[in-house]
Amino acid sequence: MSFRSLLAVFGLATLLSAPAFADREILNVSYDPTRELYKEFNAAFIKKWQKEHGETITVRQSHGGAGKQTRAIIDGLEGDVATLALAYDIDSISEKTGIIPKNWQSRLPNNSAPYTSTIVLLVRKGNPKGIHDWDDLIKPGVEVITPNPKTSGGARWNYLAAWAYAKKKYGSDEKARDFITKLYRHVPVLDSGARGSTNTFVKRGIGDVLLAWENEAFLAINELGKDQFEIVVPSISILAEPPVTVLDKNAKKHGTLDIAQAYLEFLYSPTGQDLAGKHYYRPTDPKFVKKYANQFPKVNLVTVDNAFGGWQKAQKTHFNDGGVFDHIYQPGN
Amino acid sequence: MRQRSVIPGFGLSLGYTAFYAGLVVFIPLAALFIEASNLGWGELWQTISAPQAVASYRLSFGASLVAASLNLIFGLLVAWVLVRYPFPGKKFIDALVDLPFALPTAVAGIALTALYTPNGWVGHLLNFKVAYTPLGVVVALTFIGLPFVVRTVQPVLAELEAEIEEAAASLGANRWQTFRRVLFPALLPAMLTGFALAFARAVGEYGSVVFISGNMPFRTEITPLLIITKLEQYNYAGAAALGVAMLLVSFALLLIINSLQHWSAKKTGGK
Repeated sequence: MSFRSLLAVFGLATLLSAPAFADREILNVSYDPTRELYKEFNAAFIKKWQKEHGETITVRQSHGGAGKQTRAIIDGLEGDVATLALAYDIDSISEKTGIIPKNWQSRLPNNSAPYTSTIVLLVRKGNPKGIHDWDDLIKPGVEVITPNPKTSGGARWNYLAAWAYAKKKYGSDEKARDFITKLYRHVPVLDSGARGSTNTFVKRGIGDVLLAWENEAFLAINELGKDQFEIVVPSISILAEPPVTVLDKNAKKHGTLDIAQAYLEFLYSPTGQDLAGKHYYRPTDPKFVKKYANQFPKVNLVTVDNAFGGWQKAQKTHFNDGGVFDHIYQPGN
Repeated sequence: MRQRSVIPGFGLSLGYTAFYAGLVVFIPLAALFIEASNLGWGELWQTISAPQAVASYRLSFGASLVAASLNLIFGLLVAWVLVRYPFPGKKFIDALVDLPFALPTAVAGIALTALYTPNGWVGHLLNFKVAYTPLGVVVALTFIGLPFVVRTVQPVLAELEAEIEEAAASLGANRWQTFRRVLFPALLPAMLTGFALAFARAVGEYGSVVFISGNMPFRTEITPLLIITKLEQYNYAGAAALGVAMLLVSFALLLIINSLQHWSAKKTGGK
């Protein structure tokens, strides 16, 4: 190819891509384990929007620890939608900034959670320590891997799931507290985030059981080592509802409110539900619950609202400074 | 009369220095103090003196001092070898020294953890635990602090010609005397600078340590991690309070090191 034709091709390419600068775009601020899901979902949404509106849009993603992402939004990261791990995080956004109204959670179906997940136990192949339920975790010689609930959202779900089990089995908050204290005596490492714990368990080979998001557990089995791990579903676990919301003020400012709203609604559509199931999140649409019924075993699930009186209260009682978790590590305890 | 400097424009450059230092150092530090002052004295003291916080200072400052000391000894050795002896691959080793600067700290942390866990390459050879103990914290801090002593001592050592040692020897000094009386005093200020830099860097380190330390409250929890846990609770003032505590201790320690340096420079008849 001569230099001149190369130049012509280059010029044409610039010309064609020029309108791209005028494209509208939205930014989805999300947490760590949703990376794979949104990569595929965004592509599907862009295609759908193009077909229905004849407009090419861009969807940008931001991932990180849920707490860090929330603080980024509070401190001024102008996302158009937030898809985070806890309602507590989004509550904080509404409380501290006024970007979204207080009743944000009632604006979309299912408490604004298009998909759900739960906490399961991941054990090594053949389940050598014979772990079948939460109370097996405090048997002598069992090492449990879970991240630090002070820094990790996922770790708080793990903790609350164990607490919910103990309370039901032993009957009181005091006994549940004893159980949790014993449980954390079996934890040799408190990683700062959920992915860190997965690494400790899978790559470093430390511990006998990993407390994990169901979707992370599937990911570990399917991508990190098919014949090395098994998922154990406990008798009781917790219903995790990772909520989504439009960040009204930001989207209005960017003139992208219509896209942002359609984006979240698309999560509830058959395409969105199917993708959620494919990426190991539990769909909420009954049709897709049925489709993925084989993948997700039935678990007796409690909710944070019913068992703990909501996230605000759970956070305050258990995880804030001076809470139950801190007491576990007080010297002499 | 004021002595004339080679570079003119004293007023302008002083103004610029003040402005730059203000913008880059003082304003952020002032913001830290203002944020912490939201707490009020009682709560501020309570946050700073909480047993968990005190345990974390002990680890953060203790491990940083140990790591900086290790770097002082072995950094001097490395600098000595690099300056005084020709050997194949010298340029390569020289470049290697800077790597801990260039590597993202999280990568360093993950790599060190992989090596030192009980089933890691190094870990399985040892009959004591390194990763997930305070020793692991020291290992990470030593790694990230390596370049400081080497790079501060190296140029000074290069200036000290070998002839000086020969002169000392010809005047009847034995090897130890030559080192103690001739080399050491000349190197001491640079060594102290390197030590201070390595220490300061280690105190603030977060990325590499959280992977290898295991983050157990009261045992392997560094102060920067405690600051992050405050932030996770949206407790900005509490986080700033711990930041202020660290800052004051670090400042005091650096002040001591600097005055030591000043004293040693004076003693050897420097400036």
